[in-house]
Amino acid sequence: MSVSARAPRLRLAKQSSRIKSAGWTLAGILITGFMLFPLYWIVNLSFMHQTDLLQNPPPFIPPNPSLDAYQAAISTAGGYIRSSFIYAIGTVVVTMIVATPAAYALSTIRARIGSLLLFALILAQMAPGFVVANSLYSAFNTLGLLNSYLAVILADSTIAVPFAIIIMRAFMLGIPHELGEAARVDGAGQLRIFWSVYLPLSRTALITASLFSFLFGWGDFLFALILNSNPDHTPITVGIYRFIGAYSIEWPSVMATAVIAIIPATILLALAQRYIAAGITAGAVKE
Amino acid sequence: MTRVVETGAGDLPPAPVVLKGRRRLHWRRERVVTLMFLAPALIYVLAFYLYPIVFNVIMSVEKYTLKTFVTGEAPFIGLDNFTRLVNHPEFWPAVMNTVWFTIGSLFFQFTLGLLIALFYQHRFPLNSILRALILVPWLAPVLVSGAIWVRLLDQDYGVVNFFIHSLGYQGQISWLTDPHLSLISVLIANIWIGIPFNMVILYGGLQAIPRVLYEAASIDGANAWQRFRYMTWPLLRPVSTVVLLLGLVYTLKVFDVIMSITRGGPADTSQTLNTWAYSLAFTNAFNFGLGAAAGDILLVIVLIFGLLYLRYAYRELRETT
Repeated sequence: MSVSARAPRLRLAKQSSRIKSAGWTLAGILITGFMLFPLYWIVNLSFMHQTDLLQNPPPFIPPNPSLDAYQAAISTAGGYIRSSFIYAIGTVVVTMIVATPAAYALSTIRARIGSLLLFALILAQMAPGFVVANSLYSAFNTLGLLNSYLAVILADSTIAVPFAIIIMRAFMLGIPHELGEAARVDGAGQLRIFWSVYLPLSRTALITASLFSFLFGWGDFLFALILNSNPDHTPITVGIYRFIGAYSIEWPSVMATAVIAIIPATILLALAQRYIAAGITAGAVKE
Repeated sequence: MTRVVETGAGDLPPAPVVLKGRRRLHWRRERVVTLMFLAPALIYVLAFYLYPIVFNVIMSVEKYTLKTFVTGEAPFIGLDNFTRLVNHPEFWPAVMNTVWFTIGSLFFQFTLGLLIALFYQHRFPLNSILRALILVPWLAPVLVSGAIWVRLLDQDYGVVNFFIHSLGYQGQISWLTDPHLSLISVLIANIWIGIPFNMVILYGGLQAIPRVLYEAASIDGANAWQRFRYMTWPLLRPVSTVVLLLGLVYTLKVFDVIMSITRGGPADTSQTLNTWAYSLAFTNAFNFGLGAAAGDILLVIVLIFGLLYLRYAYRELRETT
């Protein structure tokens, strides 16, 4: 008797806990939905025509969905997208060349110069972008580098280098010392240990650092605004800035351009979700 | 290897000396190799951080204008740029805007970020994916997020005003063109951008608090508020301090949000020190020296809080390890 009496009560408890957890999920959907509403809204607008925007109340789904805005975005902002890719990939290349050997050295030595460099990097990363750009403007002018891709890439890397060094060093610190020692006994030099032991083992950190460097280069606005005035080298951020500063704004295509500009961030999130939290706490860089 | 040296020391007196010498040579070569690994980063730090900062300070004590690029002349004028700056009618408004913008951003980003982090401490289906999605606004280019808000806050067709009107308020709210609202508009957008950053770090901090403590407190009869007030809050303090100090540093140099939404206007009502420095140097007067002086002031404030952060973070690190 006691057994049969307990069974339904257990089922009831299970059911109520299931309802409770469904309630939590619903609340979570509401919270995340509220935070993401602005993004939903631009996706919504990007499938509309300019005339749909004059409706009141504003339509919450496109009345006559079309891809016209995307077509317009690609034809007017195609060059911007290309430039943004060049800046982003250039930033990855410069950042990794500078940061990878430094991260290795800083993970193996305990010399004072190491902690000094680390200290300087964390502080440097905090310097306002304007201060850096204001000086680099005249320096690049003297060097004849203004308006070149390289000028903006070098400046963009200032956001990424400290971050990349910090996360890659933290990762390499976790690689057992014995592995390097073993390679040394086998006659490998530092360069060999770096290249054949540490780099392959740090693949995760290298990918994370590269992805973030890409995003920094892709998302930069300040450096491109100040160091570049060549319309052919305008990135998507500066392009959107010019669009919304115009007297009449073609909103659907601007919003389509914005959606395109956000795509790399969403891909990054999907690819590297578990590294992002670690990345934020390690470097915590974002202007 | 050290053992060889030790045993060798007793039997053969000259051996340790030789070994010592060889070791020193070896050590010196190691050091050279290490320096070679560090060289790119050291050069980079000198060229792209130290040089710009020092040169910015030099520019701020010079008459450095558009003419300088033609003639190459930048006469030393001492602290003239700074006195001009402080007596500029826009100086104090820009300082006060920076203060309010920073306080408002930190308060709301932190509070809302903490509330969301606390919410996601519960275990329920879809938790991790919903939590991850919140990060999208943080990873999007800041300028693009700003552009989104330009549309959302549009006075005639913006969805924000639509919601406000459906709640019953019928007045016209000109978020972007009303001088009393412009700073609030950029603040709203900046809070939205900053919540995910606060949420992620605080979530990590909350996860690090051992669950056993909560269970023990529950058994002792502590209610949810008491558990938060007397356990979570004090135990989270190191993480909260780090988030707030970092947030402070990053909020002081916010640029993209303001530029995309109001460009500092209307009539400079949403200008902060950073955007004002930019406008002094690159849009209005092309007075790079004056802009550099404003940049210096911002730099000093940022570095003070940056050093505070480093000191705090290192002390915490030493205490916990």
